[in-house]
Amino acid sequence: MKSRDPQRQEGAGWLFVTPAIIVLGLFLIAPIGMALWVSLSDWTGRGSPISTDVNFVGTENYSALLAEPGLARQDLMISFRNTFYYVVGVVPLQTVLALSLAVLVNGRFLRGRTFFRTAFYFPSVVSSVAISLLFLFLFAGSGAINNVLAWFGVNGPNWFQDSRGLIHIFGDSIGIWSISDPPSWLTDPSVMGMSFWQWSAGPSVALSAIMMQVIWTTAGTFMLMFLAALQDLPLDVEEAAIVDGASKWQRFMNVTVPHLRPTILLVVTLGFIGTWQVFDQMYVMTQGGPAKTTLTPAYLSYQAAFTNGNWGQGAAIAFILFALIFILTTVQRWLMRDKYEWAQKKADRRLRRQQRRQHRETVNELQRKAQSS
Amino acid sequence: MSAPTKDDGTPVTPVVNAVGENKTSRTKKFWFYGVLLFFAILYVYPFVIQLVSSFKTNPDATNNALSLLPEPVTINAWEVLFSSDYPTWFTNSIIVTLFVTVGRVFFCALAGYALARLKFRGRAALFTGLIAILAVPGIVLLIPKFLMLNYVGIYNTYPALIVPIMIDAAGIFIMKQFFESIPESVEEAARIDGASTFRTFWSVVLPMAKPALITLTILSFQGSWNELGHFIIATNDPNLYTLTRGVAGFTTGGLGAGNQYPVAMAAALLMTIPTAIVFIVFQRYFTQGANAGAEKG
Repeated sequence: MKSRDPQRQEGAGWLFVTPAIIVLGLFLIAPIGMALWVSLSDWTGRGSPISTDVNFVGTENYSALLAEPGLARQDLMISFRNTFYYVVGVVPLQTVLALSLAVLVNGRFLRGRTFFRTAFYFPSVVSSVAISLLFLFLFAGSGAINNVLAWFGVNGPNWFQDSRGLIHIFGDSIGIWSISDPPSWLTDPSVMGMSFWQWSAGPSVALSAIMMQVIWTTAGTFMLMFLAALQDLPLDVEEAAIVDGASKWQRFMNVTVPHLRPTILLVVTLGFIGTWQVFDQMYVMTQGGPAKTTLTPAYLSYQAAFTNGNWGQGAAIAFILFALIFILTTVQRWLMRDKYEWAQKKADRRLRRQQRRQHRETVNELQRKAQSS
Repeated sequence: MSAPTKDDGTPVTPVVNAVGENKTSRTKKFWFYGVLLFFAILYVYPFVIQLVSSFKTNPDATNNALSLLPEPVTINAWEVLFSSDYPTWFTNSIIVTLFVTVGRVFFCALAGYALARLKFRGRAALFTGLIAILAVPGIVLLIPKFLMLNYVGIYNTYPALIVPIMIDAAGIFIMKQFFESIPESVEEAARIDGASTFRTFWSVVLPMAKPALITLTILSFQGSWNELGHFIIATNDPNLYTLTRGVAGFTTGGLGAGNQYPVAMAAALLMTIPTAIVFIVFQRYFTQGANAGAEKG
């Protein structure tokens, strides 16, 4: 009887999802378990990680990375510092650029609208490897960028060989400190094996070039998301604002931006998740150099395992990065949560709780009645 | 940026706007198109430089990076490229992309349909699992995937390049969302006519899902053609290199000594062309793809 029930499709249902379960299970879930084991072991890359020659070392790999002073911890801290500056630079700028481009090409009567949209979006569908080669050429010592800078009398740096931090350069140029002879109040105190001076370097010139590349590339994708949201903008509100005599800028800040809030949240969240994972550009362009200023956790993890054969540490870095991305996106979602939405959810929950309580009470009462009768 | 209408006391602002087709609005238009043009140059010019530089000699490319006229024009870079392993990489990229795309579209549609429409025990749990998988950042999976490929014994084979990226949670999610949006009545009619579940899926539901299938095809094509990380960890055999993997090696001395900018530009350009063709043909769907991908966020 059960198998004839047209409402139930047990067999077909499971059959349809089986390929997905096998592939995702075998190449996603199981490997995570395996990597967790490797991160707790001393496997050197020879033979199977699940053999008797491999020893369980507990949290040794993690403590070498996070607790004990040494090269492993210093490299990880350098990669965190680099990525921090990278994220802080890229996420806001790509969001603002994407929104600006979207507003620019949103006009209904704009001539050549399709051309501009295509031009802005195209780089985000091109392979990061191809774009990286292009930017290596553009930012070369005698490349296009430095040629343009020369028009304005600026002597461009040797971008990908320059490890000086932007904050250091800025401080040097306004005379707070000298890069060649940093003050001891910054070089002496140290946190996690790195001096204040090193922590406060800012993104290096090399990293800034990569940041510009990434902003340029990804803005197109986010522009499309903003465009979709802009097209949903209710016209009557806009019209009301015009009648009220609001200026274009006022209308943008007070009507458009609040309407785009969910999209901004989405773009910033996706930006965070994407930027913390940056890997391709480092692999193709700089291999972490110069002076480790483009080292990122993702690249460090790859390097530790595949180049240096330190699989335990490589896997441990991957898990630390995973945890970090998870925590940061949760915090960021919480910080940027919509207060109104939040209040509504809370009210909803209270209502449901109330209903449940009422329901429970009714049931209890009915039971009592049933028992007493 | 205050509007010209603001200092004007007239309450009927739109009329003032119409009258105000004067100097201010013309300068505004000028600035608007100026800014637009600036960004257009910023986005188009690099690709022009790329194209032109691939026909330059190396010294010419190095010394006159901005110039749009190769002096002299040479196809040397292209000759170098075609006598290198580049054709092998190109073939491998086509093979891998083809299998991944076909596989991903079919299996993701299958699973998405089951999660959207078929009633079976454990469906809700599977969907929760899917959402959890979506939250795993791809880059942290490089080492784990390598471990598994090695363990299963398919490291350095085509299946290693293809199978692990053939099914992705985002694809299943997009298909599920789409199937939920189409009316159930058509399937019911087919079912009452006695069609099997697969038959209903294949000849009734799939044809209706064309827009979603095209979107997923494009996302898969783009994803697997541009993928780098997975191909780095799935093989170290030069015969199995795809374009991304092979070309990435150019920068680390893959072409011998010195910077071979024209060759690098030609290599980058050629691997961009298939993407550009697909992009131009299916532009409409790219827009949807970008936003479909957004929904998972």
